[in-house]
Amino acid sequence: MAKTHVTMKVNGAEIEGLVEPRTLLVHFIRENLQLTGTHIGCETTHCGACTVDLDGMSVKSCTMFAVQAAGSEIITIEGVANADGSLSALQEGFRMMHGLQCGFCTPGMILRAQRLLKENPSPSEAEIRMGISGNICRCTGYQNIVRAIQYAAAKINGVEFQEAAE
Amino acid sequence: MNDMTPTREQREANLEGMGCKRKRVEDIRFTQGKGNYVDDLKLPGMLHGDFVRSPHAHARVKSINSDEALKVPGVLAVITAETLKTVNLAWMPTLAGDVQMVLADGKVLFQNQEVAFVVATDRYAADDGINKVQVEYEPLPVVIDPFKAMDADAPVLREDLAGKTTGAHGPRKHHNHVFEWTVGDKDLTDAAFRKAEVTVKEMISYHRTHPSPLETCQCVCSFDKIKGELTIWGTFQAPHVIRTVVALIAKIPEHKIHVISPDIGGGFGNKVGAYPGYICAAVASIVTGKPVKWVEDRIENLTATSFARDYHMTTEIASTKEGKVNGLRVHVLADHGAFDACADPSKWPAGFFNIVTGSYDFPVAHLSVDGIYTNKAPGGVAYRCSFRVTEAAYCIERGMDILAQKLGMDPAELRLKNFIKPEQFPYHSALGWEYDSGDYATAMRKMMESVDYAGLRKEQAAQRAAFNRGETREIMGIGVSFFTEIVGAGPSKNCDILGIAMFDSCEIRMHPTGAGIARVGSKSQGQGHETTWAQIIATEIGIPASDIMVEEGNTDTAPYGLGTYGSRSTPVAGAAIAMAARKIKAKAQMIAAYKLEVHEGDLEWDIDGFRVKGLPEKSMSMKDICWAAYNSVPPGMEPGLEAVSYYDPPNMTYPFGAYICVMNIDVDTGVYKVRRFYALDDCGTRINPMIIEGQVHGGLTEAFAIAMGQEIRYDDTGNVVTGSFMDFFMPTAVETPHWETDFTVTPSPHHPIGAKGVGESPNVGGVPAFSNAVNDAFSFLGSTHIQMPHDYWRNWRAAKNLGVFA
Amino acid sequence: MIPGPFSYHRPATLADAVKLLSTLGDEARPLAGGHSLVPMMKLRLATPEHLVDLHGIDGLKGIRRDGNRIVIGAMTTQHELLASDEIAKSLPMLHETVLLIADPQVRYRGTIGGNVANGDPGNDMPALMLTLGASYRLEGTAGARDVAASEFYQGAYFTALEPGEILTSISIPAPAAGHGYAYEKLKRKVGDYATAAAAVVLTMSGGKVAGCAIGLTNLHETPLLAAEAARCVIGTSLDEATLKKAAAAAEAIMSPAADARGPVEYRKHVGGIMVTRALTRAAGRAS
Repeated sequence: MAKTHVTMKVNGAEIEGLVEPRTLLVHFIRENLQLTGTHIGCETTHCGACTVDLDGMSVKSCTMFAVQAAGSEIITIEGVANADGSLSALQEGFRMMHGLQCGFCTPGMILRAQRLLKENPSPSEAEIRMGISGNICRCTGYQNIVRAIQYAAAKINGVEFQEAAE
Repeated sequence: MNDMTPTREQREANLEGMGCKRKRVEDIRFTQGKGNYVDDLKLPGMLHGDFVRSPHAHARVKSINSDEALKVPGVLAVITAETLKTVNLAWMPTLAGDVQMVLADGKVLFQNQEVAFVVATDRYAADDGINKVQVEYEPLPVVIDPFKAMDADAPVLREDLAGKTTGAHGPRKHHNHVFEWTVGDKDLTDAAFRKAEVTVKEMISYHRTHPSPLETCQCVCSFDKIKGELTIWGTFQAPHVIRTVVALIAKIPEHKIHVISPDIGGGFGNKVGAYPGYICAAVASIVTGKPVKWVEDRIENLTATSFARDYHMTTEIASTKEGKVNGLRVHVLADHGAFDACADPSKWPAGFFNIVTGSYDFPVAHLSVDGIYTNKAPGGVAYRCSFRVTEAAYCIERGMDILAQKLGMDPAELRLKNFIKPEQFPYHSALGWEYDSGDYATAMRKMMESVDYAGLRKEQAAQRAAFNRGETREIMGIGVSFFTEIVGAGPSKNCDILGIAMFDSCEIRMHPTGAGIARVGSKSQGQGHETTWAQIIATEIGIPASDIMVEEGNTDTAPYGLGTYGSRSTPVAGAAIAMAARKIKAKAQMIAAYKLEVHEGDLEWDIDGFRVKGLPEKSMSMKDICWAAYNSVPPGMEPGLEAVSYYDPPNMTYPFGAYICVMNIDVDTGVYKVRRFYALDDCGTRINPMIIEGQVHGGLTEAFAIAMGQEIRYDDTGNVVTGSFMDFFMPTAVETPHWETDFTVTPSPHHPIGAKGVGESPNVGGVPAFSNAVNDAFSFLGSTHIQMPHDYWRNWRAAKNLGVFA
Repeated sequence: MIPGPFSYHRPATLADAVKLLSTLGDEARPLAGGHSLVPMMKLRLATPEHLVDLHGIDGLKGIRRDGNRIVIGAMTTQHELLASDEIAKSLPMLHETVLLIADPQVRYRGTIGGNVANGDPGNDMPALMLTLGASYRLEGTAGARDVAASEFYQGAYFTALEPGEILTSISIPAPAAGHGYAYEKLKRKVGDYATAAAAVVLTMSGGKVAGCAIGLTNLHETPLLAAEAARCVIGTSLDEATLKKAAAAAEAIMSPAADARGPVEYRKHVGGIMVTRALTRAAGRAS
């Protein structure tokens, strides 16, 4: 199958590559670009481990072809940390609140949470739970992920994080 | 002392030792997408393998034609059983003493069984290739219902076992029979039942489910023809065992096999066993001389690599009218699927199911288990539990509720009445275990007070009255569960895998500047070993946890260990870590005594070093001792500061807990709402409370999923109907309840640091709490037992069968 | 799970897209959000030789008011519907229902056109469109035509779309001021299709139902309008007997498949309950 030339901006860098039309975006990111932080969990658009940010949308990159992303701007987990290399508020929140265990869902969760907080800077717990409902975690039971996102929201908003009483 | 001298509290805090909510070391890389998982590995020239799988549950394979597949661009080889026979690998031994087809040899025995392995330049070409392999099948009658597997006229599944009347675990009664396992005193138990004032009997099923970690099973095999060495990167919970298995079946010298488990994206028991994908990738690498990657997809994971549970437990309890239990009799029909590939210790065909007497003082008990073959996937792994312990806990915890209902007693009161008492420990159970420690009543009462148990029962009575008056269509259930786990397999006297005793190990090397590395035989899949193992060492030898690097998963560098599953890491590897640290400390004490010019006995330990008794200003920090170990050891002593410990545990550990679930169910739709879930765990000494809480949250979530809908279901012709994350119930943040956690601490008397393990307790205790809540909700309508899973439509069916819509 | 090979086309105009689809014939499929088609392709249950991606066509997106109707471009995503003030104001039931489709990521990519045109009985939008009296604009080589949603669905994945035709927009009459509405969806979890779902739009007058439409999702191989059920609530105050009658009338036309969501009897039973709950909630919102 003839390959198509694509260019896109990934984590701020202009990249190009040759892909088959059927090449899934997630495989292009992981194998062509060697950005392996984006994971594959279910392949049927349920688990969200492959979530990246594409032109301001949270997208499951296992259900999109790389050719479709030509010309777009993508952020993967490798592009989330602060410019100085320190952890972003969300990355820090996940660590501080024990919002991850095996780490496999974490990149997708963080990308999704980042877009959620951009759209809704002070979400309620219910809004957070709805907001990450396209991402499956098998380890944490979500409770500490919710706290991690609350932690990050507080930090971004410049207010003190109040841990909800059990 | 000046202001800069750290206080004792500061020195203590600086260590981040046991009991501290230390933030995880692993998270720095995981939150930045810098984890190193198997599928991230890309080697020069690496090929990709993928399976042709059977659409049939039982069929004869008439022919396999690879001609068209081999024409697909990029496809290099198609491996079949015939290929594997040339290297004697068409079949492989299972951990349970059975054999399993690596690729279909003459017939297939379950849907999605591996039939051929296509090797190609990349995963796209491999997928194209498998679609071009032509396989001709002749369908055969299937056996799906385990209760029909041993009918006289049931189809013969395992033709390879024809005429074999004895299996790995004794006599076989039928062509689809695997084993019978019995424990306990049958005569005494039968006698207790004959004399009993009250008996109950129920067939309690624990349905087939699957661990389904977010990362599937995968490997990369690379054979170096020049050196004759095979390197395998894989999602292995027990890398050393994999190395030994490969050495035994592939006849490669064990020192020429390098097994590496990098970061693992969750295991939950799924990644203990050896699967055909590993064998095929290794053979493909040997044949092609190139690295070969195999990554299963989610459908393959759910339908082919292992399953859990599928135990059908006929349970009888004898008791007095007052509710003192005096006998337990259980028969289990265990559906093992097409091959017995349970990952249990060798001598335990039904795992530790004989913990089924639970937390109660049963004077006599008898257990028999019949393992059978059906046309389902092989496996029988311990999905977030010690071997078959969740089945046992479910069995006894449902049984106790059923007994309470018959006696008209409160289920919590019945449990309190029958608990093993603190003074009875070490307690010898009627089915052969020696429980190390416990204080059950204290835990139970703490739970009851924390949730206002009496108040809940009052509310339930009011709710039932309102329902009966037609004022509400919701019913309320309160599910109590008190479980005793048995973890930490295990003592060499009764636990081995393929003949290897189930010890675990740790090697610690302290470097001159006071930092060090610990290599451990366990393998984290998310449990945070890099964080917690360093905490144990920090407390033991007074070096900050942040100065200890923990490494696992590389069989060339880690001492031999049996891996991580069955909550064995803390009880076994955790003990090895403490013992290795103590060896370090003992040598350090000699060095300190020499440097301080006192006798060893004149020294006492003080947080992070030794000081001379009565002369606290005369001391030497562990950091300084590390330096001294490399330049001024006492005459005759070898320099360096290293230690290795292989720990053979004297006994299992027995974590326990008291859980309660409060649930409302809408009888019209069967929709349930978990109103409250409280979990009190006693895992002995607590190494990192933050991680313990996380483990409990995760285990409860898996328990919730299993009890309320997570099922591997087959239709009558053997098709799996729950093969994706849509139909295999995988709750999101929206469905998952809020968890409340609590604890008591009863240290294990035989464990060096008193720890017992916790990762699996919430699954073991959680499932009966959910199921008991559903059953409790319906009990006032006349129901005794409703089988899991309790998904919406089954709740509705229960309501309907109880006449709610009449 | 890798799709088979195909050629990718990204036309810039509708005319080009129509031309491509009609020239390439059965071997070509239009690609919108892709959340139904791509998973089918990964399972190789769909193996189109050509994909015609509609994302490059200007004018297939957007929400506009056209007199008394709301017109929505087929490539408008569910996320855009949720963000639209016009939808929130004029078609609050659409807003409510879109929130129940799949999950946030899917809603960023999933389009209303794809949802209604695919003919998947599990999709939520079709029953809603029946209930709201929507019509679809279909454009092909022979020109454009409007087809009522109620005439569009012919069987599972089988619709009035002719080969080469593309569904380009949806036109929905604005419901009467003061209308009540509700979409009741029973599902096992986020991301699941409905076990049963019912859409209700009604108007009330003097405490009695003046007008009513009821749609049903995933209870038949096509979305259904429960006309008889709607008829029997007109003129009533939705008393218990009427609700029961409406549920029974709705259940009479349901023929769901037995699947992991439950047996046929259960799905019909809860289908009836979704109808009564949607009616009750809609009435509570009507003024």
